[in-house]
Amino acid sequence: MHFDLTDIYQPRAGWIHLLDPRVKLLSAVAIILTVVTLPPGAWPALGLVLALLVLLSVTAGLGPFFAIKGAFIAFPFILAALPIPFITPGPSLWVVPGLGWTVTATGLVRFITILLRTWLAVQAGVLLSATTPVPQMLWGLQALGIPKLLVAVIGFMVRYIFVLGDEVLRMLRARSARSPRIPGHRHPGILWQGRMAGMMVGSFFLRSMERSERVYEAMASRGYRGQIQLLERPAMTTSDWIALAALCTVLAGVLAIGIWG
Amino acid sequence: MHYSPVSMHVPDGFLSTSVAIVGWILAVILIGVAIRQTRNQLGERQVPMMGILAAFIFAAQAINFPIAAGTSGHLLGGALAAIVLGPWAATLIMTSVISVQALLFQDGGLLALGWNIINMGVLTAFAGYACYRLLLRWIGDTSTSRVASSFAAAWLSVEVGAIATAIELAVSGTSPLRFALPAMAGVHALIGIGEGLITGGAIGLLQASRPEVLRTGEQAPGRKGAVFVLAGLLVALLIAAFSPLASPHPDGLEYIAEQNGFIARATEPFYSLLPDYTVPIIQNAALTTIFAVVLGTLIVFGLAWVVGRGVLRLERRR
Repeated sequence: MHFDLTDIYQPRAGWIHLLDPRVKLLSAVAIILTVVTLPPGAWPALGLVLALLVLLSVTAGLGPFFAIKGAFIAFPFILAALPIPFITPGPSLWVVPGLGWTVTATGLVRFITILLRTWLAVQAGVLLSATTPVPQMLWGLQALGIPKLLVAVIGFMVRYIFVLGDEVLRMLRARSARSPRIPGHRHPGILWQGRMAGMMVGSFFLRSMERSERVYEAMASRGYRGQIQLLERPAMTTSDWIALAALCTVLAGVLAIGIWG
Repeated sequence: MHYSPVSMHVPDGFLSTSVAIVGWILAVILIGVAIRQTRNQLGERQVPMMGILAAFIFAAQAINFPIAAGTSGHLLGGALAAIVLGPWAATLIMTSVISVQALLFQDGGLLALGWNIINMGVLTAFAGYACYRLLLRWIGDTSTSRVASSFAAAWLSVEVGAIATAIELAVSGTSPLRFALPAMAGVHALIGIGEGLITGGAIGLLQASRPEVLRTGEQAPGRKGAVFVLAGLLVALLIAAFSPLASPHPDGLEYIAEQNGFIARATEPFYSLLPDYTVPIIQNAALTTIFAVVLGTLIVFGLAWVVGRGVLRLERRR
Protein backbone atom coordinates (compact mmCIF):
# COMPACT_ATOMS: atom_id res chain seq x y z
CA MET A 1 0.00 0.00 0.00
CA HIS A 2 1.30 3.40 -0.88
CA PHE A 3 -0.29 6.81 -0.95
CA ASP A 4 0.66 9.57 -3.38
CA LEU A 5 -0.65 12.49 -5.38
CA THR A 6 -0.96 10.74 -8.75
CA ASP A 7 -4.69 10.34 -8.42
CA ILE A 8 -5.22 14.08 -7.92
CA TYR A 9 -3.13 15.98 -10.50
CA GLN A 10 -3.72 14.68 -14.03
CA PRO A 11 -0.84 15.65 -16.35
CA ARG A 12 -2.19 16.39 -19.85
CA ALA A 13 -1.11 18.53 -22.77
CA GLY A 14 -4.25 20.70 -22.80
CA TRP A 15 -4.04 24.50 -22.73
CA ILE A 16 -5.81 24.71 -19.38
CA HIS A 17 -2.81 23.02 -17.79
CA LEU A 18 -0.58 25.78 -19.18
CA LEU A 19 -2.64 28.66 -17.75
CA ASP A 20 -1.27 30.75 -14.91
CA PRO A 21 -2.22 29.15 -11.55
CA ARG A 22 -3.77 32.49 -10.45
CA VAL A 23 -6.18 32.34 -13.40
CA LYS A 24 -7.23 28.81 -12.49
CA LEU A 25 -7.70 29.63 -8.79
CA LEU A 26 -9.72 32.77 -9.56
CA SER A 27 -11.79 30.93 -12.15
CA ALA A 28 -12.65 28.13 -9.73
CA VAL A 29 -13.69 30.65 -7.07
CA ALA A 30 -15.68 32.68 -9.64
CA ILE A 31 -17.55 29.58 -10.86
CA ILE A 32 -18.35 28.56 -7.28
CA LEU A 33 -19.48 32.09 -6.37
CA THR A 34 -21.75 32.19 -9.43
CA VAL A 35 -23.27 28.79 -8.70
CA VAL A 36 -23.89 29.61 -5.05
CA THR A 37 -25.44 32.99 -5.87
CA LEU A 38 -27.90 31.61 -8.47
CA PRO A 39 -31.49 31.76 -7.15
CA PRO A 40 -33.54 28.58 -6.60
CA GLY A 41 -35.04 27.14 -9.76
CA ALA A 42 -32.64 28.86 -12.19
CA TRP A 43 -32.42 25.68 -14.26
CA PRO A 44 -31.18 27.21 -17.56
CA ALA A 45 -28.35 29.02 -15.75
CA LEU A 46 -27.40 25.90 -13.77
CA GLY A 47 -27.46 23.90 -17.01
CA LEU A 48 -25.16 26.45 -18.65
CA VAL A 49 -22.67 26.11 -15.79
CA LEU A 50 -22.75 22.32 -16.18
CA ALA A 51 -22.10 22.71 -19.92
CA LEU A 52 -19.22 25.11 -19.16
CA LEU A 53 -17.68 22.63 -16.71
CA VAL A 54 -17.98 19.72 -19.18
CA LEU A 55 -16.44 21.92 -21.87
CA LEU A 56 -13.53 22.82 -19.57
CA SER A 57 -13.08 19.16 -18.65
CA VAL A 58 -12.95 18.16 -22.33
CA THR A 59 -10.55 20.96 -23.33
CA ALA A 60 -8.30 19.97 -20.44
CA GLY A 61 -8.08 16.51 -22.04
CA LEU A 62 -9.78 14.82 -19.12
CA GLY A 63 -12.90 13.59 -20.93
CA PRO A 64 -16.45 14.83 -20.37
CA PHE A 65 -17.19 12.77 -17.25
CA PHE A 66 -14.02 13.34 -15.22
CA ALA A 67 -15.29 16.15 -13.00
CA ILE A 68 -18.81 14.74 -12.80
CA LYS A 69 -17.47 11.47 -11.41
CA GLY A 70 -15.27 13.19 -8.88
CA ALA A 71 -18.08 15.38 -7.59
CA PHE A 72 -19.99 12.80 -5.58
CA ILE A 73 -17.78 13.18 -2.49
CA ALA A 74 -20.00 15.92 -1.04
CA PHE A 75 -23.23 13.95 -1.36
CA PRO A 76 -23.44 12.54 2.19
CA PHE A 77 -23.83 16.12 3.39
CA ILE A 78 -27.17 16.35 1.57
CA LEU A 79 -28.78 14.87 4.68
CA ALA A 80 -28.52 18.34 6.22
CA ALA A 81 -30.83 19.81 3.58
CA LEU A 82 -33.40 16.99 3.66
CA PRO A 83 -36.06 18.86 5.69
CA ILE A 84 -36.28 21.70 3.15
CA PRO A 85 -39.00 20.16 0.92
CA PHE A 86 -41.18 19.65 3.99
CA ILE A 87 -40.78 22.95 5.82
CA THR A 88 -40.86 25.49 2.97
CA PRO A 89 -44.31 27.08 2.75
CA GLY A 90 -45.94 26.81 -0.66
CA PRO A 91 -48.47 24.86 -2.69
CA SER A 92 -48.70 21.28 -1.49
CA LEU A 93 -47.40 18.73 -3.96
CA TRP A 94 -47.60 15.39 -2.23
CA VAL A 95 -48.36 14.06 1.26
CA VAL A 96 -46.13 11.33 2.64
CA PRO A 97 -48.53 8.46 3.33
CA GLY A 98 -48.74 7.50 6.99
CA LEU A 99 -46.74 10.47 8.29
CA GLY A 100 -48.84 13.35 7.03
CA TRP A 101 -45.85 15.48 5.97
CA THR A 102 -46.51 17.65 2.95
CA VAL A 103 -43.92 18.19 0.25
CA THR A 104 -44.26 21.65 -1.31
CA ALA A 105 -43.27 22.54 -4.84
CA THR A 106 -41.26 25.55 -3.64
CA GLY A 107 -39.44 23.39 -1.15
CA LEU A 108 -38.60 20.74 -3.72
CA VAL A 109 -37.21 23.37 -6.09
CA ARG A 110 -34.99 24.79 -3.34
CA PHE A 111 -33.79 21.33 -2.33
CA ILE A 112 -32.84 20.31 -5.88
CA THR A 113 -31.15 23.69 -6.40
CA ILE A 114 -28.96 23.13 -3.34
CA LEU A 115 -27.99 19.67 -4.61
CA LEU A 116 -27.09 21.03 -8.05
CA ARG A 117 -25.16 23.96 -6.58
CA THR A 118 -23.04 21.64 -4.47
CA TRP A 119 -22.52 19.18 -7.30
CA LEU A 120 -21.36 21.93 -9.69
CA ALA A 121 -19.19 23.68 -7.10
CA VAL A 122 -17.35 20.45 -6.29
CA GLN A 123 -16.79 19.89 -10.03
CA ALA A 124 -15.02 23.25 -10.24
CA GLY A 125 -12.76 22.17 -7.37
CA VAL A 126 -12.04 18.81 -9.03
CA LEU A 127 -11.02 20.54 -12.26
CA LEU A 128 -8.78 22.97 -10.36
CA SER A 129 -6.83 20.28 -8.55
CA ALA A 130 -6.69 18.00 -11.61
CA THR A 131 -5.13 20.67 -13.84
CA THR A 132 -2.85 22.47 -11.36
CA PRO A 133 0.26 20.86 -9.85
CA VAL A 134 0.50 21.49 -6.10
CA PRO A 135 3.62 23.73 -6.16
CA GLN A 136 1.96 25.96 -8.78
CA MET A 137 -1.26 26.09 -6.78
CA LEU A 138 0.66 27.15 -3.68
CA TRP A 139 2.53 29.79 -5.64
CA GLY A 140 -0.78 31.07 -6.98
CA LEU A 141 -2.29 31.25 -3.49
CA GLN A 142 0.66 33.29 -2.28
CA ALA A 143 0.53 35.59 -5.31
CA LEU A 144 -3.16 36.16 -4.62
CA GLY A 145 -2.46 37.42 -1.10
CA ILE A 146 -2.73 34.38 1.17
CA PRO A 147 -0.08 34.94 3.90
CA LYS A 148 3.34 33.66 2.82
CA LEU A 149 3.81 31.85 6.06
CA LEU A 150 0.55 29.91 5.84
CA VAL A 151 1.38 28.92 2.26
CA ALA A 152 4.82 27.77 3.37
CA VAL A 153 3.28 25.67 6.15
CA ILE A 154 0.77 24.15 3.72
CA GLY A 155 3.56 23.44 1.23
CA PHE A 156 5.51 21.67 3.93
CA MET A 157 2.46 19.75 4.97
CA VAL A 158 1.77 18.53 1.42
CA ARG A 159 5.40 17.43 1.11
CA TYR A 160 5.14 15.29 4.23
CA ILE A 161 1.54 14.05 3.95
CA PHE A 162 2.74 11.09 1.94
CA VAL A 163 5.70 10.27 4.16
CA LEU A 164 3.53 10.37 7.28
CA GLY A 165 0.59 8.77 5.46
CA ASP A 166 2.79 5.78 4.64
CA GLU A 167 3.96 5.68 8.24
CA VAL A 168 0.35 5.50 9.45
CA LEU A 169 -0.40 2.75 6.94
CA ARG A 170 2.54 0.74 8.31
CA MET A 171 1.28 1.25 11.87
CA LEU A 172 -2.25 0.20 10.91
CA ARG A 173 -0.93 -2.87 9.10
CA ALA A 174 1.13 -3.80 12.15
CA ARG A 175 -1.95 -3.40 14.33
CA SER A 176 -4.09 -5.68 12.18
CA ALA A 177 -1.25 -8.21 11.97
CA ARG A 178 -1.14 -8.33 15.77
CA SER A 179 -4.88 -8.55 16.29
CA PRO A 180 -6.33 -11.62 14.57
CA ARG A 181 -9.85 -12.73 15.35
CA ILE A 182 -9.51 -16.07 17.16
CA PRO A 183 -12.67 -18.15 17.35
CA GLY A 184 -13.76 -18.63 20.94
CA HIS A 185 -11.99 -15.48 22.18
CA ARG A 186 -13.96 -12.39 23.00
CA HIS A 187 -13.19 -9.30 20.94
CA PRO A 188 -11.90 -6.42 23.11
CA GLY A 189 -14.39 -3.64 23.88
CA ILE A 190 -14.68 -0.17 22.43
CA LEU A 191 -12.99 1.51 25.39
CA TRP A 192 -9.88 -0.62 25.08
CA GLN A 193 -9.74 -0.27 21.29
CA GLY A 194 -10.21 3.48 21.51
CA ARG A 195 -7.41 3.77 24.03
CA MET A 196 -5.13 1.68 21.84
CA ALA A 197 -5.92 3.89 18.82
CA GLY A 198 -5.12 6.89 21.03
CA MET A 199 -1.79 5.41 22.03
CA MET A 200 -1.00 4.86 18.35
CA VAL A 201 -1.78 8.53 17.73
CA GLY A 202 0.40 9.49 20.71
CA SER A 203 3.44 7.56 19.54
CA PHE A 204 2.85 8.76 16.00
CA PHE A 205 2.87 12.32 17.37
CA LEU A 206 6.23 11.73 19.06
CA ARG A 207 7.66 10.33 15.84
CA SER A 208 6.37 13.35 13.91
CA MET A 209 7.84 15.81 16.45
CA GLU A 210 11.20 14.08 16.22
CA ARG A 211 11.00 14.13 12.44
CA SER A 212 10.24 17.86 12.47
CA GLU A 213 13.32 18.45 14.66
CA ARG A 214 15.50 16.47 12.25
CA VAL A 215 14.06 18.28 9.26
CA TYR A 216 14.54 21.68 10.89
CA GLU A 217 18.17 20.89 11.76
CA ALA A 218 18.86 19.66 8.24
CA MET A 219 17.35 22.87 6.87
CA ALA A 220 19.22 25.10 9.32
CA SER A 221 22.50 23.45 8.39
CA ARG A 222 21.78 24.35 4.77
CA GLY A 223 21.22 28.01 5.55
CA TYR A 224 17.49 28.18 6.35
CA ARG A 225 16.57 31.43 8.13
CA GLY A 226 12.81 31.10 8.49
CA GLN A 227 11.85 32.11 4.94
CA ILE A 228 11.22 29.83 1.99
CA GLN A 229 12.52 31.15 -1.32
CA LEU A 230 10.74 30.15 -4.51
CA LEU A 231 12.63 30.15 -7.79
CA GLU A 232 9.70 29.87 -10.19
CA ARG A 233 7.73 33.07 -10.85
CA PRO A 234 5.18 32.68 -13.64
CA ALA A 235 3.96 35.89 -15.29
CA MET A 236 0.48 36.56 -16.66
CA THR A 237 0.53 36.23 -20.46
CA THR A 238 -1.99 37.56 -22.97
CA SER A 239 -3.73 34.18 -23.20
CA ASP A 240 -4.09 34.13 -19.40
CA TRP A 241 -5.85 37.51 -19.46
CA ILE A 242 -8.05 36.43 -22.37
CA ALA A 243 -9.05 33.20 -20.59
CA LEU A 244 -9.90 35.05 -17.38
CA ALA A 245 -11.88 37.75 -19.20
CA ALA A 246 -13.77 35.16 -21.28
CA LEU A 247 -14.70 33.14 -18.23
CA CYS A 248 -15.85 36.21 -16.30
CA THR A 249 -18.01 37.32 -19.24
CA VAL A 250 -19.62 33.89 -19.50
CA LEU A 251 -20.28 33.78 -15.77
CA ALA A 252 -21.75 37.30 -15.78
CA GLY A 253 -24.07 36.15 -18.57
CA VAL A 254 -25.03 33.06 -16.60
CA LEU A 255 -25.78 35.18 -13.55
CA ALA A 256 -27.90 37.56 -15.62
CA ILE A 257 -29.86 34.66 -17.12
CA GLY A 258 -30.26 33.10 -13.69
CA ILE A 259 -31.49 36.22 -11.95
CA TRP A 260 -33.56 37.98 -14.65
CA GLY A 261 -34.08 35.24 -17.24
CA MET B 1 -4.55 5.63 2.09
CA HIS B 2 -8.26 5.43 2.54
CA TYR B 3 -9.51 8.97 2.76
CA SER B 4 -12.83 9.18 4.53
CA PRO B 5 -14.71 12.49 4.62
CA VAL B 6 -15.79 13.73 8.03
CA SER B 7 -19.39 14.84 8.36
CA MET B 8 -18.50 18.35 9.49
CA HIS B 9 -16.87 19.56 6.25
CA VAL B 10 -19.53 21.86 4.79
CA PRO B 11 -19.45 21.74 0.97
CA ASP B 12 -20.16 24.78 -1.21
CA GLY B 13 -23.83 25.39 -1.92
CA PHE B 14 -24.99 24.87 1.64
CA LEU B 15 -23.94 28.27 2.96
CA SER B 16 -25.38 31.45 1.47
CA THR B 17 -22.88 33.78 -0.17
CA SER B 18 -23.09 36.43 2.55
CA VAL B 19 -22.68 33.90 5.36
CA ALA B 20 -19.67 32.38 3.57
CA ILE B 21 -18.02 35.79 3.18
CA VAL B 22 -18.50 36.65 6.86
CA GLY B 23 -16.81 33.33 7.67
CA TRP B 24 -13.86 34.19 5.44
CA ILE B 25 -13.39 37.60 7.10
CA LEU B 26 -13.45 36.06 10.60
CA ALA B 27 -11.09 33.27 9.52
CA VAL B 28 -8.59 35.70 7.97
CA ILE B 29 -8.42 37.73 11.20
CA LEU B 30 -7.99 34.64 13.39
CA ILE B 31 -5.34 33.11 11.09
CA GLY B 32 -3.42 36.39 11.15
CA VAL B 33 -3.32 36.32 14.95
CA ALA B 34 -2.37 32.63 14.92
CA ILE B 35 0.57 33.26 12.59
CA ARG B 36 1.91 36.07 14.78
CA GLN B 37 1.46 34.13 18.03
CA THR B 38 3.18 30.98 16.77
CA ARG B 39 6.04 33.02 15.34
CA ASN B 40 6.72 34.29 18.86
CA GLN B 41 6.42 30.74 20.17
CA LEU B 42 8.53 28.86 17.62
CA GLY B 43 10.69 31.37 15.75
CA GLU B 44 12.25 29.97 12.61
CA ARG B 45 11.15 26.46 13.58
CA GLN B 46 7.60 27.56 12.77
CA VAL B 47 7.35 26.45 9.14
CA PRO B 48 8.90 22.97 9.37
CA MET B 49 7.26 22.14 12.68
CA MET B 50 3.75 23.39 11.88
CA GLY B 51 3.94 21.83 8.41
CA ILE B 52 4.95 18.39 9.64
CA LEU B 53 2.45 18.44 12.50
CA ALA B 54 -0.29 19.40 10.04
CA ALA B 55 0.71 16.36 7.98
CA PHE B 56 0.60 14.40 11.24
CA ILE B 57 -2.99 15.45 11.97
CA PHE B 58 -4.00 14.73 8.37
CA ALA B 59 -2.48 11.23 8.54
CA ALA B 60 -3.66 10.56 12.11
CA GLN B 61 -7.25 11.14 10.96
CA ALA B 62 -6.89 7.78 9.18
CA ILE B 63 -6.26 5.93 12.46
CA ASN B 64 -9.63 4.48 13.37
CA PHE B 65 -11.24 1.78 15.42
CA PRO B 66 -14.56 0.01 14.86
CA ILE B 67 -17.41 1.19 17.08
CA ALA B 68 -20.59 -0.54 15.97
CA ALA B 69 -22.70 -1.21 12.89
CA GLY B 70 -20.02 -0.35 10.38
CA THR B 71 -19.19 3.03 11.88
CA SER B 72 -15.74 3.77 13.21
CA GLY B 73 -14.26 6.18 15.68
CA HIS B 74 -11.55 8.49 14.45
CA LEU B 75 -9.81 11.74 15.18
CA LEU B 76 -10.48 15.31 14.11
CA GLY B 77 -7.46 16.46 16.07
CA GLY B 78 -8.10 20.10 17.00
CA ALA B 79 -8.35 19.45 20.74
CA LEU B 80 -5.31 17.15 20.78
CA ALA B 81 -3.17 19.67 18.91
CA ALA B 82 -4.33 22.48 21.22
CA ILE B 83 -3.65 20.55 24.44
CA VAL B 84 -0.16 19.59 23.31
CA LEU B 85 0.91 22.76 21.45
CA GLY B 86 -1.42 25.55 22.56
CA PRO B 87 -4.55 26.95 20.88
CA TRP B 88 -2.93 29.30 18.36
CA ALA B 89 -0.47 26.70 17.06
CA ALA B 90 -3.39 24.28 16.79
CA THR B 91 -5.37 26.89 14.85
CA LEU B 92 -2.54 27.22 12.32
CA ILE B 93 -2.14 23.44 12.02
CA MET B 94 -5.86 22.80 11.58
CA THR B 95 -6.12 25.66 9.05
CA SER B 96 -3.50 23.93 6.91
CA VAL B 97 -5.18 20.53 7.25
CA ILE B 98 -8.63 21.83 6.34
CA SER B 99 -7.30 23.96 3.45
CA VAL B 100 -5.51 20.97 1.91
CA GLN B 101 -8.60 18.82 2.32
CA ALA B 102 -10.62 21.45 0.46
CA LEU B 103 -8.04 22.31 -2.22
CA LEU B 104 -6.82 18.83 -3.10
CA PHE B 105 -9.51 16.43 -1.94
CA GLN B 106 -12.65 18.59 -2.44
CA ASP B 107 -13.63 17.71 1.12
CA GLY B 108 -15.36 20.89 2.18
CA GLY B 109 -15.99 23.79 -0.19
CA LEU B 110 -13.70 26.69 -1.12
CA LEU B 111 -16.27 29.38 -0.26
CA ALA B 112 -17.26 27.45 2.86
CA LEU B 113 -13.58 27.11 3.79
CA GLY B 114 -13.71 30.12 6.11
CA TRP B 115 -16.41 28.59 8.28
CA ASN B 116 -14.91 25.12 8.02
CA ILE B 117 -11.65 26.49 9.40
CA ILE B 118 -13.50 28.21 12.25
CA ASN B 119 -15.71 25.19 13.08
CA MET B 120 -13.12 22.45 12.88
CA GLY B 121 -9.94 24.40 13.53
CA VAL B 122 -10.45 27.45 15.71
CA LEU B 123 -13.49 26.38 17.74
CA THR B 124 -12.25 22.81 18.38
CA ALA B 125 -8.82 24.12 19.38
CA PHE B 126 -10.09 26.82 21.74
CA ALA B 127 -12.99 24.83 23.19
CA GLY B 128 -10.71 21.85 23.76
CA TYR B 129 -7.93 23.92 25.28
CA ALA B 130 -10.18 26.00 27.53
CA CYS B 131 -12.09 22.94 28.76
CA TYR B 132 -8.86 21.02 29.45
CA ARG B 133 -7.24 23.85 31.41
CA LEU B 134 -10.37 24.70 33.39
CA LEU B 135 -10.97 21.06 34.34
CA LEU B 136 -7.36 20.65 35.47
CA ARG B 137 -7.71 23.75 37.62
CA TRP B 138 -10.92 22.49 39.22
CA ILE B 139 -10.14 18.81 39.79
CA GLY B 140 -6.40 19.04 40.32
CA ASP B 141 -3.45 18.27 38.05
CA THR B 142 -2.73 14.53 38.29
CA SER B 143 -1.96 11.97 35.61
CA THR B 144 -5.47 10.49 35.82
CA SER B 145 -7.17 13.88 35.75
CA ARG B 146 -5.19 14.83 32.65
CA VAL B 147 -6.46 11.83 30.72
CA ALA B 148 -10.01 12.40 31.97
CA SER B 149 -9.87 16.13 31.16
CA SER B 150 -8.50 15.51 27.68
CA PHE B 151 -11.34 13.04 27.04
CA ALA B 152 -13.93 15.62 28.12
CA ALA B 153 -12.16 18.44 26.22
CA ALA B 154 -12.03 16.44 22.99
CA TRP B 155 -15.69 15.44 23.27
CA LEU B 156 -16.73 19.03 23.92
CA SER B 157 -14.59 20.38 21.07
CA VAL B 158 -16.40 18.19 18.52
CA GLU B 159 -19.75 19.14 19.99
CA VAL B 160 -19.02 22.89 19.83
CA GLY B 161 -17.89 22.57 16.22
CA ALA B 162 -21.04 20.66 15.30
CA ILE B 163 -23.34 23.17 16.99
CA ALA B 164 -21.59 26.04 15.20
CA THR B 165 -22.05 24.21 11.89
CA ALA B 166 -25.77 23.77 12.61
CA ILE B 167 -26.14 27.49 13.36
CA GLU B 168 -24.39 28.45 10.11
CA LEU B 169 -26.64 26.14 8.09
CA ALA B 170 -29.69 27.63 9.80
CA VAL B 171 -28.55 31.20 9.19
CA SER B 172 -28.02 30.31 5.52
CA GLY B 173 -31.59 29.02 5.34
CA THR B 174 -30.35 25.55 4.32
CA SER B 175 -31.46 23.57 7.33
CA PRO B 176 -33.79 24.79 10.08
CA LEU B 177 -32.20 24.98 13.52
CA ARG B 178 -35.03 22.80 14.84
CA PHE B 179 -33.70 19.98 12.66
CA ALA B 180 -30.01 20.77 12.22
CA LEU B 181 -29.18 21.40 15.88
CA PRO B 182 -30.43 18.11 17.37
CA ALA B 183 -29.18 16.16 14.34
CA MET B 184 -25.66 17.62 14.34
CA ALA B 185 -25.35 17.70 18.13
CA GLY B 186 -26.73 14.16 18.47
CA VAL B 187 -24.55 12.53 15.83
CA HIS B 188 -21.46 14.32 17.06
CA ALA B 189 -22.16 13.42 20.69
CA LEU B 190 -21.42 9.86 19.51
CA ILE B 191 -18.55 10.81 17.20
CA GLY B 192 -17.12 12.84 20.07
CA ILE B 193 -16.72 9.69 22.16
CA GLY B 194 -14.31 8.30 19.56
CA GLU B 195 -12.48 11.63 19.51
CA GLY B 196 -12.33 11.64 23.32
CA LEU B 197 -11.04 8.07 23.61
CA ILE B 198 -8.28 8.65 21.05
CA THR B 199 -7.26 12.02 22.52
CA GLY B 200 -7.28 10.60 26.06
CA GLY B 201 -5.22 7.61 24.94
CA ALA B 202 -2.71 9.87 23.20
CA ILE B 203 -2.35 12.19 26.21
CA GLY B 204 -2.00 9.13 28.48
CA LEU B 205 0.82 7.78 26.37
CA LEU B 206 2.55 11.16 26.07
CA GLN B 207 2.65 11.80 29.80
CA ALA B 208 3.76 8.25 30.56
CA SER B 209 6.62 8.33 28.07
CA ARG B 210 7.51 12.02 27.50
CA PRO B 211 5.82 14.22 30.12
CA GLU B 212 7.96 17.21 29.10
CA VAL B 213 6.12 17.34 25.75
CA LEU B 214 2.89 18.30 27.50
CA ARG B 215 4.58 21.33 29.04
CA THR B 216 4.74 23.04 25.63
CA GLY B 217 0.97 23.36 25.64
CA GLU B 218 0.94 24.67 29.19
CA GLN B 219 3.33 27.52 28.34
CA ALA B 220 2.01 28.29 24.87
CA PRO B 221 0.75 31.77 23.99
CA GLY B 222 -3.00 32.17 24.28
CA ARG B 223 -3.27 30.13 27.48
CA LYS B 224 -4.84 33.02 29.37
CA GLY B 225 -7.00 34.46 26.63
CA ALA B 226 -8.32 31.13 25.36
CA VAL B 227 -11.57 31.33 27.31
CA PHE B 228 -12.23 34.87 26.08
CA VAL B 229 -11.51 34.12 22.43
CA LEU B 230 -13.86 31.15 22.71
CA ALA B 231 -16.53 33.19 24.48
CA GLY B 232 -16.24 35.98 21.92
CA LEU B 233 -16.67 33.58 19.01
CA LEU B 234 -19.61 31.81 20.61
CA VAL B 235 -21.39 35.05 21.44
CA ALA B 236 -20.81 36.28 17.89
CA LEU B 237 -22.37 33.07 16.58
CA LEU B 238 -25.33 33.43 18.93
CA ILE B 239 -25.91 37.01 17.84
CA ALA B 240 -25.73 35.91 14.20
CA ALA B 241 -28.22 33.13 14.92
CA PHE B 242 -30.76 35.58 16.27
CA SER B 243 -30.15 38.47 13.91
CA PRO B 244 -32.78 39.32 11.27
CA LEU B 245 -30.00 38.56 8.77
CA ALA B 246 -30.56 34.97 9.79
CA SER B 247 -33.52 34.51 7.53
CA PRO B 248 -33.65 35.93 4.06
CA HIS B 249 -35.93 32.95 3.37
CA PRO B 250 -39.30 32.55 5.05
CA ASP B 251 -38.36 29.06 6.19
CA GLY B 252 -35.13 30.12 7.85
CA LEU B 253 -34.46 30.36 11.50
CA GLU B 254 -36.79 33.28 12.07
CA TYR B 255 -39.78 31.32 10.79
CA ILE B 256 -39.01 28.57 13.29
CA ALA B 257 -38.29 31.13 15.96
CA GLU B 258 -41.57 32.92 15.34
CA GLN B 259 -43.44 29.65 15.40
CA ASN B 260 -41.92 28.70 18.69
CA GLY B 261 -42.31 32.23 19.92
CA PHE B 262 -38.83 32.57 21.32
CA ILE B 263 -37.42 35.28 19.10
CA ALA B 264 -38.83 38.06 21.25
CA ARG B 265 -37.35 36.56 24.38
CA ALA B 266 -34.06 35.76 22.71
CA THR B 267 -33.42 39.25 21.42
CA GLU B 268 -34.67 41.15 24.45
CA PRO B 269 -31.30 41.79 26.12
CA PHE B 270 -29.88 43.38 22.97
CA TYR B 271 -32.67 45.87 22.52
CA SER B 272 -31.13 48.25 25.02
CA LEU B 273 -27.92 48.43 23.00
CA LEU B 274 -29.21 48.46 19.45
CA PRO B 275 -32.98 48.97 19.32
CA ASP B 276 -34.55 46.45 16.98
CA TYR B 277 -31.10 45.56 15.71
CA THR B 278 -30.95 48.53 13.41
CA VAL B 279 -28.94 51.68 13.42
CA PRO B 280 -31.23 54.65 12.75
CA ILE B 281 -28.90 56.72 10.56
CA ILE B 282 -28.58 54.10 7.82
CA GLN B 283 -31.72 53.56 5.76
CA ASN B 284 -31.05 50.35 3.81
CA ALA B 285 -32.43 47.40 5.81
CA ALA B 286 -29.81 44.79 4.91
CA LEU B 287 -26.89 47.22 5.30
CA THR B 288 -28.01 48.47 8.66
CA THR B 289 -28.51 44.90 9.86
CA ILE B 290 -25.00 43.91 8.83
CA PHE B 291 -23.67 47.05 10.46
CA ALA B 292 -25.57 46.30 13.67
CA VAL B 293 -24.27 42.74 13.78
CA VAL B 294 -20.68 43.88 13.26
CA LEU B 295 -21.07 46.57 15.90
CA GLY B 296 -22.61 44.11 18.34
CA THR B 297 -19.80 41.63 17.77
CA LEU B 298 -17.20 44.36 18.29
CA ILE B 299 -18.86 45.44 21.53
CA VAL B 300 -18.83 41.87 22.79
CA PHE B 301 -15.19 41.39 21.85
CA GLY B 302 -14.34 44.68 23.52
CA LEU B 303 -16.13 43.68 26.72
CA ALA B 304 -14.38 40.29 26.71
CA TRP B 305 -11.02 42.03 26.25
CA VAL B 306 -11.62 44.46 29.11
CA VAL B 307 -12.79 41.70 31.44
CA GLY B 308 -9.82 39.57 30.41
CA ARG B 309 -7.43 42.43 31.15
CA GLY B 310 -9.02 42.91 34.56
CA VAL B 311 -8.71 39.23 35.43
CA LEU B 312 -5.07 39.22 34.34
CA ARG B 313 -4.26 42.22 36.52
CA LEU B 314 -5.95 40.60 39.52
CA GLU B 315 -3.94 37.41 38.93
CA ARG B 316 -0.69 39.34 38.75
CA ARG B 317 -1.41 41.26 41.95
CA ARG B 318 -1.79 37.96 43.75
